[in-house]
Amino acid sequence: MALLEVENLQTHFRTPGGINRAVDGVSFHVNEGETLAIVGESGCGKSVTSMSLMRLVPEPPGRIAGRIRFAGKDLLKLSDREMRAIRGNDISMIFQEPMTSLNPVLTVGRQIRETLMIHQGLDKQAAETHAIEMLTLVGIPEPKRRVREYPHQLSGGMRQRVMIAIALACNPKLLIADEPTTALDVTIQAQILKLMLDLKRRVGAAIILITHDLGVVAEIAERVMVMYAGRKVEEAPVAELFRSPRHPYTQGLLGAVPRLGSSLAGTATRLAEIPGQVPDLRKPITGCVFAGRCALATDLCRQYAPGLEEKGPRHIAACHYAAKGAVAA
Amino acid sequence: MSPPLLQVNDLKKHFPINKGLFGRQTEFVYAVDGVSFEIARGETLSLVGESGCGKSTVGRAILRLFEITSGQVILDGQRIDDAHPSTMRQMRRRVQVVFQDPFSSLNPRMRVRDILAEPIRNFGLAKSKEDLEVRVTELMDTVRLPREALNRRPHEFSGGQRQRIGIARALAAEPELIVCDEAVSALDVSVKAQVVNLLQDLQQKFGLALLFISHDLAIVEHMTHRVAVMYLGKIVEVAPRREIFAAPRHPYTKALLSAVPLPEPGAQRNPIILGGDVPSPINPPKGCRFHTRCPYVFDRCRTEEPTLRAAGDEQWVACHLDALPTR
Repeated sequence: MALLEVENLQTHFRTPGGINRAVDGVSFHVNEGETLAIVGESGCGKSVTSMSLMRLVPEPPGRIAGRIRFAGKDLLKLSDREMRAIRGNDISMIFQEPMTSLNPVLTVGRQIRETLMIHQGLDKQAAETHAIEMLTLVGIPEPKRRVREYPHQLSGGMRQRVMIAIALACNPKLLIADEPTTALDVTIQAQILKLMLDLKRRVGAAIILITHDLGVVAEIAERVMVMYAGRKVEEAPVAELFRSPRHPYTQGLLGAVPRLGSSLAGTATRLAEIPGQVPDLRKPITGCVFAGRCALATDLCRQYAPGLEEKGPRHIAACHYAAKGAVAA
Repeated sequence: MSPPLLQVNDLKKHFPINKGLFGRQTEFVYAVDGVSFEIARGETLSLVGESGCGKSTVGRAILRLFEITSGQVILDGQRIDDAHPSTMRQMRRRVQVVFQDPFSSLNPRMRVRDILAEPIRNFGLAKSKEDLEVRVTELMDTVRLPREALNRRPHEFSGGQRQRIGIARALAAEPELIVCDEAVSALDVSVKAQVVNLLQDLQQKFGLALLFISHDLAIVEHMTHRVAVMYLGKIVEVAPRREIFAAPRHPYTKALLSAVPLPEPGAQRNPIILGGDVPSPINPPKGCRFHTRCPYVFDRCRTEEPTLRAAGDEQWVACHLDALPTR
C-alpha cells in the first residue's frame, strides 16, 4: 500500500491581485522506501506541494484542500497538536539553505537533541549519545567535538549534513528534501548525494525529492513527477521519463539542458528554447496550462484542459497530442 | 598574431581583514593569488571553480571595481589596472558586465528606456536625441524584448527578461569584452537556454569576447572556447574546451567534471568524490593548494607549489604529477 496518497491537492493563496492557484488539483502517491522526484521550474508549485504535505502553508492567506493520506491518516483533518507529533518524527524535511534553517544561537548537538527529546522522549544524556551517533552516520568527522559547535562554525556541506542528521534522527517514514543540494558546490553536492543514497539504503525512508536539476533526478530518483503552473503534467519511472518524455513541456525541459560531453560527441547544437513564460496563476486558465508556450497547441488545447492519460507502462501525461506507446518527438 | 584583447599578468587581490583592537590588520584573504591568462577578440574564456575560488574577484578586478594588490590588467595593449581616471573612463566603455542577479543589478526606480540610455549618454555615443531613441529601440530588438517594454520598470519583468535588460545595458556601451559573472546561474532551465542562445548569437553578431564566470560546467562546455579552472585563488588548469572536457589533466578538474550529475538515469559513471571541504583562503595550504583533498597527493605536493606548465599544445596544468617523466 502507498505510504502517502495525495488526492486533488489544491493550495491557493489569496493575494491582492486575485487568488493564486499555486497548486491546482495535484494527485500522486509515494510507496514505502521509494524515491519520488518532483521536477519543475520556479513557480510550478513543487515547493508549495511539499509545504502543504507538512501543513506549513500559512492559513490564511493560504488554503489547502484535497486529501493527504499518510499511513492511514488524513493529514488535513488532524489537529495542530496531532500534526506536530508527525512533523520531524514520521515526516521530516530538509531545506535548501542550511544556514537559514538551522538556529544560529543553538549548538548543533542541541538542535539534534531537541527533536529526539520531544518525539522519542529520550532524556538529555541518551539524546546526546544519539546525536553523536547521527553525526557519525552522516559522515561528520570528530562528532564529539562538533556537537558542541554552532552552525556558523561549519561549512555549507557540513551544515547540510547536520540538517540530514536532524531529519533522520527519529527514523522518519518519509523524508521531504526540498532542493537539498542546490546551494552547494558540485564536489560537495556529490558528497551529499552519495550520503543520501547510502542512508536511504540503511534507513529505508521514502524520499520526496524536490529539484529543478535533472542531473540530480537521474542520479537518485526512481519515479518522477513533472509539474508546470501548479499542475502535474507528466509522471513516469525515471528511466522511462528520460528515454521517452511524452509531454511537450518535459521534452522542452530535457532539450534545454546541455549535456556534459556533448562537445566531444559532436552533438553540441543550439539549446532548445521553450519560448514565452509561465502563465500568471492568479488568472483562471482554461484549457491546457502549457498551451501558450507549446509548439503543438491547437484550439482544442486552448479550450479543453487535457486529463492525465496513460501513455505507456506506469507513464501518464496530460496532453491531447502526446503519442501513446511510441516515442513522441 | 595580433595581441590579445585582454591580458592578465600575475593578478593578485588580497583583501585585508581587520582584526583585533583598533582594527589593526593582521590577516588577508588571498582571494586571487597570482592569476595570468589572455582572451582573444571574439573568444569566450570561461572561469570555473567552486565558491570562494576567486573567479568573481578576477572578473571584478578586470572591471576595476576595486584596486588590485599587484599584477597587470592589459586591455588592447594598454594597462588599465593603474590607468588615470580620465583614460579609464574610455576603457570602461570597452569592458562591460552582466551580473548574476537580475533583481538587484537593475535600478528599480528607472524605466528600461533610461537604464539603456544611461551608458549611451555617459559615453557620448549618440549623435542626437533621435539617434539615442534609435539605439535604444535597436537594443530591445537585439535582446528580443518588445519595444513597448521600454516604458516599464524592472519589477514588471520576469527573471529571464530582466537578464535580457542587463545584457542590453551592457551592449549599449558597444563593448569589446563582456564579463558575465554567473549571468545565467539564477535562471530557470528553459529561460537559461534562451539567454545562453542569445549570448551566443550576440557574440557572433558583434564579435564580442566573453569572460564567462560560472560554476555550471555543462553550460560552460556548451558556450566556451577555452576554460580556466580555478582553485583557491589560483588557476590549476587552462585548456581549449576539447582538452578540458575530453582529457582533463589536473586531479581537481577531473574531480570537478566527474562530480556533475548527468541527466541520464543509470549512466555508468564513477565519480571521484573529494573528501573534505575547500580550505579557507585566509590561510591556504602550503605547497599545492589542492593537496589536502587530492587523491594522488605525494610528499612534494605538501612542500612545493606547482606552477602552470605546458602539457599540450594549448593546455597548461599546475600539478607535480603531470611533471613526472612517466606521463
